[in-house]
Amino acid sequence: MEPNDGQSEIEVTISNVQGLHARPVMRFVDLASQFQSAIEVCKGSRKVDGKSPMEMMLLEATKGTVLRLRAKGADAHRAVSALAELINSGFGEE
Amino acid sequence: MPLKRGIGVSAGVVIGDAVVLDTEETRVPRRTVPPDEVPHEIDLVNRAFEAARTEIGPERAALAARAGNELADIFGFHERWLADPKPRKEISQLIESRLYSAAYAISVFMRKYRRRFQEMNSPYLQERAKDVLDIERRLLHHVGGEVRSELAELEQPVIIVAHDMTPTQLVMLEKTKRVLGFATDAGGSTSHTAILAAGLGIPAVVGLEDITAHVSSGDTLVIDGLHGVVVINPDPAQRAEYDTQMAHLIEVRATLDELRDVAAETRDGTKIELLGNIEFPYEIAACLEKGATGIGLFRTEFLFLQDGPMPDEDAQYEVYKAAVVAVGGRPLVIRTMDLGGDKLHAGGAWEAEKNPFLGLRSIRYSLQNLSMFRAQLRAIVRASSLGDIRVMFPLISRIMELRQAKFVLNLVMEELEESGYEFRSSIPVGVMIETPAAAICARELAQECAFMSIGTNDLIQYTLAVDRGNERVAQLYTPADPSIIRLIRGVVRDAARGGASVSLCGEMAGDPIFTILLVGLGLRTLSMSASHVPVIKKIIRSITMADAERVKRRVLSFETEREVLNYLRDETRKVWGDI
Repeated sequence: MEPNDGQSEIEVTISNVQGLHARPVMRFVDLASQFQSAIEVCKGSRKVDGKSPMEMMLLEATKGTVLRLRAKGADAHRAVSALAELINSGFGEE
Repeated sequence: MPLKRGIGVSAGVVIGDAVVLDTEETRVPRRTVPPDEVPHEIDLVNRAFEAARTEIGPERAALAARAGNELADIFGFHERWLADPKPRKEISQLIESRLYSAAYAISVFMRKYRRRFQEMNSPYLQERAKDVLDIERRLLHHVGGEVRSELAELEQPVIIVAHDMTPTQLVMLEKTKRVLGFATDAGGSTSHTAILAAGLGIPAVVGLEDITAHVSSGDTLVIDGLHGVVVINPDPAQRAEYDTQMAHLIEVRATLDELRDVAAETRDGTKIELLGNIEFPYEIAACLEKGATGIGLFRTEFLFLQDGPMPDEDAQYEVYKAAVVAVGGRPLVIRTMDLGGDKLHAGGAWEAEKNPFLGLRSIRYSLQNLSMFRAQLRAIVRASSLGDIRVMFPLISRIMELRQAKFVLNLVMEELEESGYEFRSSIPVGVMIETPAAAICARELAQECAFMSIGTNDLIQYTLAVDRGNERVAQLYTPADPSIIRLIRGVVRDAARGGASVSLCGEMAGDPIFTILLVGLGLRTLSMSASHVPVIKKIIRSITMADAERVKRRVLSFETEREVLNYLRDETRKVWGDI
């Protein structure tokens, strides 16, 4: 059992130049969908479903944007760390 | 300054800003459904999403092979977007709460979604609006929604660039009065775009194959309809050259306009009647203005291609009445509806046919939909009390069709007489000769009608077995083919033997290259778009009957359309150098 299971959250900063455009959103959503937990992505007071490409695109998360990733569910902790790692890696882009 | 070559279909040069259709300006008409159809519309939405999603897979793979994964990933995003349950849910809610049709709900939602991107600060994300549009088009295609353009909202005159134009789009464009020129990927010299452009005297180039890929809305274009050339973003030198050409054309037109009130007769006094072809009643004024002495072809399809319910007898009567009053005692030939084939009703009660040009169209459709046909005939007969109205049946291919159509007409007249209506008791009845069958049996048809009109557009396409709208074979479509010229000669002779008058109303009638030949073949009535009347009159007034005879004999000796065209071009230049 990992600590805080059931709910987990973390703050990340978008580091790739083009921000969360189509391809990164695709990767993010693909990864998020592998977890059972519900994934929320918050930008300031705005909150979207991390498994919905439609909503994720609307975040307008450009380079330097701070996002809060929040997961609720059995694998919440693993989900958040995996997603944070993806964002911190810059999606393998510049 | 790239230069693209296509088929020039309407003489004239114009410079203006482009609006590319089918990519940015598309919209679906607002439509609601009864509450009990809501589940069906939602089902349509879900199925459209599924169908759109599954069709992307193979496209993505093909693109990856051609252009690499990076581009293909864009489609990967579309695929995931379409798999997302959220958009479907929101669209379904629109259908439930507002009773929107599936297509309209999709377009409302997508438009709102698209706007969110356009409002973003990052230019890169703004660009994503195009992805949204792409997804929208896919979805609309799958719900069978008609994609409409927002042409009605055009604020200044523009050049329309499109893959092809549907008749509905053309009808809408016509209303805006804001079209300077056309450039299309598809189409031959007798496509609907070409016919409309010619009718309006608007420069157009069709059959450009990929003009839509090279032009964006806002680009400056030169449309040179005479040479079939489109210049994209002309440099100052090109601009200056075209400005000079435009000035010359205006001068030539001015000298032609002086001919308006003189008769169209050869130098040795043979009179040729020049009539106008129209699509809309208000074009009658333009025809008379250009010197036409009546209307030889009033196409009535527009009545049935507009939005809203089918026009009933009274609505049609008002239109025919307005037309016959506008013609003012001159002849008005009304052609009964020529629907089907390429003119499918946008409303969609029509089943798609595998081979619409050989299918249920025109008089065949009328004879199978008698209530519609009778309503049209009643409206025409009622309007006949007001002037010289004549009725013409399209696409006759066997004598029984003429007999049946006449039978329905007589029935309608009896009914109207019993109801106390006044009308012209001897309305002349004519047939279009536009199938090889009708041309070959013209003598028998002539014995049972008052007049015949050779519709060369269809006659050529059926005789040469060439789809005039298919750019891959459009170059095989030509009025100059010896088979066509012999058919016309035969029809003119047989009409005389059978006792009917004969005219020619296809695009060929308005092409100055063929004027001398047609006079030589014995035609004394030609019907064409208003804008062609002055030029044709100029040619006729420049020749003698001996010229026409000589040209005809020579042309009939040729074996190829090349020889015919070259010879006719030379002969026409001899009589009028400004051609």
